[in-house]
Amino acid sequence: MKELKILSPCGILGYGYPKESFYNGLSKKPDIIAVDAGSTDAGPHKLGAGVGIVSKKAAKKDLELMIQAGYDLNIPVIVGSAGGSGAKPHVEWTMAVIKEILEEKKLKMKTAIVWADIDKNYIKKKMAENKVHPMNYVPELTEEALDKTTSVVAQMGHEPIIKALEEGAQIIVAGRAYDPSVFAAYPIMKGFDAGLAYHLGKILECGALCCEPGTTKDCMMGYLREDHFLLEPLNPNRKCYVSSVAAHTLYEKDHPYFLHGPGFALDLSNCKFEQHADGVVKVSGSKLIKKPYTVKLEGSAKVAYRTLVIGGTRDPIAIQNIDDIQNEIREQVAAYFDDIPRTDYQILFHLYGRDGVMGQLEPVKTPAHELGIVMEVIASTQELANTICASARSTLMHFPYKGRKATAGNIALLYSPSDIEFGPVYKFTVYHLMDIEDPCELFPTEFVEI
Amino acid sequence: MAETKTLYELAKVLRSKNSGPFELTMDVIFDNKDYYEKVKNSGIITKELVCKLYNIEEKDISTLVFFDPAMAFKVTIRRPIDSGSIGETDVYGAQQHAPLMGVVIPM
Repeated sequence: MKELKILSPCGILGYGYPKESFYNGLSKKPDIIAVDAGSTDAGPHKLGAGVGIVSKKAAKKDLELMIQAGYDLNIPVIVGSAGGSGAKPHVEWTMAVIKEILEEKKLKMKTAIVWADIDKNYIKKKMAENKVHPMNYVPELTEEALDKTTSVVAQMGHEPIIKALEEGAQIIVAGRAYDPSVFAAYPIMKGFDAGLAYHLGKILECGALCCEPGTTKDCMMGYLREDHFLLEPLNPNRKCYVSSVAAHTLYEKDHPYFLHGPGFALDLSNCKFEQHADGVVKVSGSKLIKKPYTVKLEGSAKVAYRTLVIGGTRDPIAIQNIDDIQNEIREQVAAYFDDIPRTDYQILFHLYGRDGVMGQLEPVKTPAHELGIVMEVIASTQELANTICASARSTLMHFPYKGRKATAGNIALLYSPSDIEFGPVYKFTVYHLMDIEDPCELFPTEFVEI
Repeated sequence: MAETKTLYELAKVLRSKNSGPFELTMDVIFDNKDYYEKVKNSGIITKELVCKLYNIEEKDISTLVFFDPAMAFKVTIRRPIDSGSIGETDVYGAQQHAPLMGVVIPM
């Protein structure tokens, strides 16, 4: 029987996994170890600022066992969306960790980087050819937005990773990749069904999240066969059920059974989920439909600076008048700083206990008996944000709102000092699809001597 | 009076999360086929309902679909503000599910 075994140690590289689960996986002789290190979930800051999701110590701890295992079993170790966002600084950060491990362990392994940074001039050329299209609910990309953007990456498919594997890479550090691609590449290269490989990858990229109890911090084994795949938790305390695996297929996707990847759509409408053995689930019927090749671009820009204050009110009269209080503070600050254009800054309030979590989506408008107040100032420079925040905070503290009896102060400030300098604020300026001809053209491979 | 139950009582999982930085997606997953069928066939889970629950318009809903193999339905809507941007309040989109919990289904 044709079978390929993929070991997924955890949902995000650096989230950690129990050694026992990993060694249990190794005893079953996997053909490849793959892990996804990335996500846009933490917002635009990681890509914009060039920083990671996890600490270096945590990434190293996870990689040490994986690399040693890759060496001992002579199987490929693949990291996708290195460093979280998969741009140059994130890839370099990951490479530094791997270099340290190989040197400390005195191992020699052929290591390849697959870069995913995209030149902004190239994107402009594609824009002129009408080959850049916004994702759902995203505005059209403009040259102005692109110019502001710190760095742009594209999500690679399996093709550039296969290229590195064919050239003999034992360790592959891929920049930004479509999460399942790092799992699907090796099996597709070996001639397995691409639909099953991608569906399996989509589940394995989250570690043991498809189990009960589910977690991203534990290991999974995927067994890919000719016309189905099996999912097996590597920790005896977890089990895969039809419900947990089927449910996971929906996770973080806009549609339950059409998933879009680079150059294809995955049709899961006729998928069959079966309980194969205790804790093991069998999946079949996943279909890959080839589409014109597009890659998803992601870019982030620094757009402002922020200073904030955290506090609260327990006064029913203040709670009743909270909207007036916000408006009055904005007016008083503007009147005091009449030499600063009002467009240079914004004063925003987040009212926990009313609509702090859901904002304009909140259907319940009745406030609680106390409100948590986060007042933030967004401005074009940090200094201006600090200046406006200090003035707005003292106004908030002492402003005589309608009906006030508590004349000594309007807000319980949480900290001393009260004003927290936050630093830069980022925004996803690019979240677009770009038509390309060759799946490998944007993702060059570089072999690194260590 | 016919018996009723809320989605909170019927669902095994009722959650929200980002589907990329510009969309929010809500999953309601059942582990009881009878419950799932009752919800699916009730005709209550509609775009109109979602608009009312979230104070949005129909064009802000990109997906509302039942998925039998998972005994689940999914609702994907436009984020009012993209994840992590100025004024945004839930970077991971993980706490936008609560309005669905109180939806009443006749049993």
